[in-house]
Amino acid sequence: MGMSGATGQKNTGIRPNLAVNVGGILMKNPVTTASGTFGFGPEYAPYLDLNHLGAITVKGITLSPRNGNPTPRLAETPAGILNSIGLQNPGVERFITEVLPFLAGYDLPVIINIAGDTVGDYALLAEKLSCAPGVAGLEVNISCPNVKKGGMQFGSDPATAAEVTRAVKESTDLPVIVKLSPNVTSIVAVAEKVAEAGANALSMINTLLGLAIDIKKKRPVLGNILGGLSGPAVKPVALRAVWQVYQEVKLPIIGMGGIMTAEDAIEFILAGATAVAVGTANFVNPRATVEIIDGIERYLAGNKIKDISELTGLAHKHE
Amino acid sequence: MSLLVEAIVTKQEQIAPGHYRLYLFTPEIAEAAGPGQFLHVRCGNTLDPLLRRPISIHDVDRAKNEVILFYRVAGRGTALLSKSKTGDTLSLVGPLGHGFSTPGTRTRVAVVSGGIGIAPLYFLLQEMAGSGTSADVFLGAATARQLFFSREIMNFGHRVVLSTDDGSAGYHGTVTALFEEYIRKDSNKSSMPGHSDGNMVYGCGPYGMLKRLAEIINKFGIPGEVSLEERMGCGVGACLSCACKTRGKESEVQYRRVCVEGPVFPAGEVIWE
Repeated sequence: MGMSGATGQKNTGIRPNLAVNVGGILMKNPVTTASGTFGFGPEYAPYLDLNHLGAITVKGITLSPRNGNPTPRLAETPAGILNSIGLQNPGVERFITEVLPFLAGYDLPVIINIAGDTVGDYALLAEKLSCAPGVAGLEVNISCPNVKKGGMQFGSDPATAAEVTRAVKESTDLPVIVKLSPNVTSIVAVAEKVAEAGANALSMINTLLGLAIDIKKKRPVLGNILGGLSGPAVKPVALRAVWQVYQEVKLPIIGMGGIMTAEDAIEFILAGATAVAVGTANFVNPRATVEIIDGIERYLAGNKIKDISELTGLAHKHE
Repeated sequence: MSLLVEAIVTKQEQIAPGHYRLYLFTPEIAEAAGPGQFLHVRCGNTLDPLLRRPISIHDVDRAKNEVILFYRVAGRGTALLSKSKTGDTLSLVGPLGHGFSTPGTRTRVAVVSGGIGIAPLYFLLQEMAGSGTSADVFLGAATARQLFFSREIMNFGHRVVLSTDDGSAGYHGTVTALFEEYIRKDSNKSSMPGHSDGNMVYGCGPYGMLKRLAEIINKFGIPGEVSLEERMGCGVGACLSCACKTRGKESEVQYRRVCVEGPVFPAGEVIWE
């Protein structure tokens, strides 16, 4: 039947361009992993080819190894989960010697999420990781709700957030992404200060501070009492944050919060995200990231959009 | 190597109130699964409940390419799972986790089960029978109606002793109390003929029962392995939700992942709460 079959031409359409530049990090597609939900990568390697990801954002790293919080560390809530892992990680030295070599085997930008107790910790982490081979960028975690010192404290106040950002920028030449907390009065105010301090990109949102109570035991479910809410339940809040920040701050945004499907990811991009991160969805479907990438490509092709960048913030034009 | 697969439900049977046996056609997992490993099961297709449920592998029928789960309805996920019917498909990740070690044929083995804890131990007992090892099985439950598979386990060639908390069958008391009486009597005897490779105890059941079991075998200096339960997120070692406090090589406190380094741990390495 026909010439196309004989010549092997299946599709006359041009494949849309999915590549994005997030503050100097070049990604072949706009999908990365949300820190803490994808381990360091090898955990998911049996289920997908990591090379298909736009980037990988690994579990938060601190200067010294951390044991994390007491258990239970997880509670399922309506269409979401509360976690209080508490930044359990092997520390930056072991991360560099034991984990980075594995990731170096992939053609994949590696984004390292860093967390500190003090401004100096962040600077030192940035310095150490800048000397390590195979790091594409740093994601500054000033929004972890599950640690006593540092974490969200730094992200709650615009001036402190800016101070951490400046300290990291002065310690590295790598692109610096600052991860913002939704647990603030004005996420825009924090984003503006962080931008002024020299951040190359923003990621949002970290988890929402929450609580679950076991009515049989009459006490909080989580060992650490409070936890961070993620999953589909938080998606509208995350979208709103991306929408508001996109209007006021001219930095690329990695949007995240409850993305389960390509349709969810496209909502974030239309709201103003340049890239997206898939988090809790990985637990439900280990192949969520690659299925979302395929779905975005199909959407672009179906809507005759040649380049993903045309989609970023498009929903604002119809405001 | 574990896999993400769509398995077909070939059969589901209720064998007691709230207790189900689920037969899943999944050749790759049936081929790869070992005793003590588990599957991470998507119980429904909606966003609520959101997470998969870790359920231990109860039995494998390699001739039929089936994996069999035995579970108790404990919440919304398992309640949903109990509604699955023949012909339905279920998304599975597995086989996951570090299972039971294989005892040598000259090892003297005791298996201690509390309630639904028999689910993974059944698979172990079946594999042991296949390799010619027979065990003393201590099968305990709250009440007689929750004692499962004693006849099948005897047919494997193992000896079975029953206990119930309410005295409705077998020994009146906890399974650990029954086991301790047995060990105490046994320790008075001298060497056991035909068991030159020492002793081994395998346990699965509620946390309190396993804690007690670990105390007993520690007191008598017997090695043992226990299968633990913990809330899980990813099931593949990424999220660090299912951490278990253990003693490392230099007896330092170390959180290990129930989903990867477990669910089976040497009883002496677990730091019990």
